[in-house]
Amino acid sequence: MSNTGSKLSGKTNLSSFINGLWKHLLIVIICISVLFPIYFMVITSVKTQGQYLNNIWAISFPFNFLNFGEAFKGRFLLWFKNSAILTFGSTVLATFFASLMAYAFARLKFRGKNGILSSIISLMVIPPAVIILPIVVLWSKIGLINTYAGAIIVYTGLILPFSVYLLTNFFRTIPTEIIEAAVIDGCSTFQVFRLIVLGLSKPAIFTNIIVNAVWIWNELFVAMILLPNEKMKTLMVGLAVFKTHYNVNVPVIMAGLIIATLPMAVLYLMGQNFLIKGLIVGYGK
Amino acid sequence: MNRIRIWFGKNEAAWYLSPGISVMAFVFLFSIARVIQLSFMRIAKTADEVDRFVGLSNYRLILTEKPFIEAIKHNALLVLIVPVILVFLSILISSILFDRIRGWKFYRSLIFLPYILAIPVVGIAFTYIFQLNGILNTVLRFLHLDFAALNWLGSPKIALYTIMIVIIWKEIGFGVILFLARLSSVNEEIFEAARLDGANWWQVLRYITIPQLGTIIEFYIVIEAIMMFSWVFNYVFVMTAWGGPGTSTYILEFYIWLNAFRFNNMGYATTAAVILLIFTSLLIFIWMRLRNRRESGYE
Repeated sequence: MSNTGSKLSGKTNLSSFINGLWKHLLIVIICISVLFPIYFMVITSVKTQGQYLNNIWAISFPFNFLNFGEAFKGRFLLWFKNSAILTFGSTVLATFFASLMAYAFARLKFRGKNGILSSIISLMVIPPAVIILPIVVLWSKIGLINTYAGAIIVYTGLILPFSVYLLTNFFRTIPTEIIEAAVIDGCSTFQVFRLIVLGLSKPAIFTNIIVNAVWIWNELFVAMILLPNEKMKTLMVGLAVFKTHYNVNVPVIMAGLIIATLPMAVLYLMGQNFLIKGLIVGYGK
Repeated sequence: MNRIRIWFGKNEAAWYLSPGISVMAFVFLFSIARVIQLSFMRIAKTADEVDRFVGLSNYRLILTEKPFIEAIKHNALLVLIVPVILVFLSILISSILFDRIRGWKFYRSLIFLPYILAIPVVGIAFTYIFQLNGILNTVLRFLHLDFAALNWLGSPKIALYTIMIVIIWKEIGFGVILFLARLSSVNEEIFEAARLDGANWWQVLRYITIPQLGTIIEFYIVIEAIMMFSWVFNYVFVMTAWGGPGTSTYILEFYIWLNAFRFNNMGYATTAAVILLIFTSLLIFIWMRLRNRRESGYE
């Protein structure tokens, strides 16, 4: 482990080679453990049940894509539609409300600003299990249980704190000079917001949409409680049902898991850099 | 009405804040106030009963409930173990990747992959991986590591730890990305200087990397600790049969859900929810203090 010699000595070359080797080894081992479950999901989804039982860990040829067709039977498309409506509705609503609020926090002066912002940010970490009970009782009384509207209101509320935090951080980075110039040119506060702030913040707004869309698409607990009806189930809740239904037919279940993952995987690949940037700005500087 | 209009006119910000604030006020303020209120009531189970105020009796009863105590114990184990392992692994991985070993960007993308998968998807896949004759045990037996081929989810002694493994598998990417980003913003010269002075890998890690990561490590620990209180339900729900075997994977969220929606016992459910709120509030308090310190430190 000695790396104490001068940079020019041959010994350092050898030890730096060994240094590089153990790092590579370790990272490769970690990557294999990370990939192993994903490998299992993918190879199993194209096996027949017989192939799965015969040889659990090898890739079997020819690929059997019938599992995907089998998975799509039943209610998969319905669950897909439900998840898509909820994800779209809540994300758009929350991003709109949050950008208004973030603008006020980043650019306007008012009393109690920091206090309000801090309180909102701290809401980010309130567990859904704490707030869901009174809501479900109220929703049952006024008929909002099993409705898109009922779930969208709750989801919007749950993702607002993070959205406000993220967008406020971004809006603060817009140079004051640009805004001052716009004001001198006669823009009203709302025009500044609409033309300048939103115009310059497309990456931020895009990040916010991706992060929240992934979150809602993947959410199980709230969806299960607010949308228990068979016809209103989301994809994630449906998957749990699906698992019990096909319990022994593992390849079909894996095919279902892959189908459920694809939309968000595509969204993620489209915005990978935005997402990583968003997480960094959102959580740590 | 007129008064309100005048006030809004003078306070421009109110226009921007009120739509969002009203949604949050309902989802958070109303619910929290109401859940606290309900925890002091005996809640009607049939139509001809009415809710009655019963003071602290729900709290007294719940503290003698064995499943409730189990649930708290399991949350405590999760909070004590998972964030520590996550920090350890994240430091290790991010400092190796930060040395810019060949292909580090590729490795980074791979390690981040599980973070974007849904918990139910991950949970279901792992249920089959951890089966007694599942792929993991098959591989372990092939490698003649039979002693390690455990009954991962079927044994009450290890089921909770198996869930921890899955959580760590899924959450590790977030830590690595966060730490790497922090390291990239540190002046490269500090590391160069240390290496020129002959510091070995361990010394750089111990005296440069970890101190530079300081605040973000604290931050990550608190965030993950909060997760261990508020986001473990999904794993337990899809990976175990009703928090089983027995009560070995009960956690607070699961206990709340079970009492509210399966046992029709809203009294216990709301009381447990308030206790969960108390635990997370403590963590939120710590988190806000760290955040304020960080912000004042950087500006």
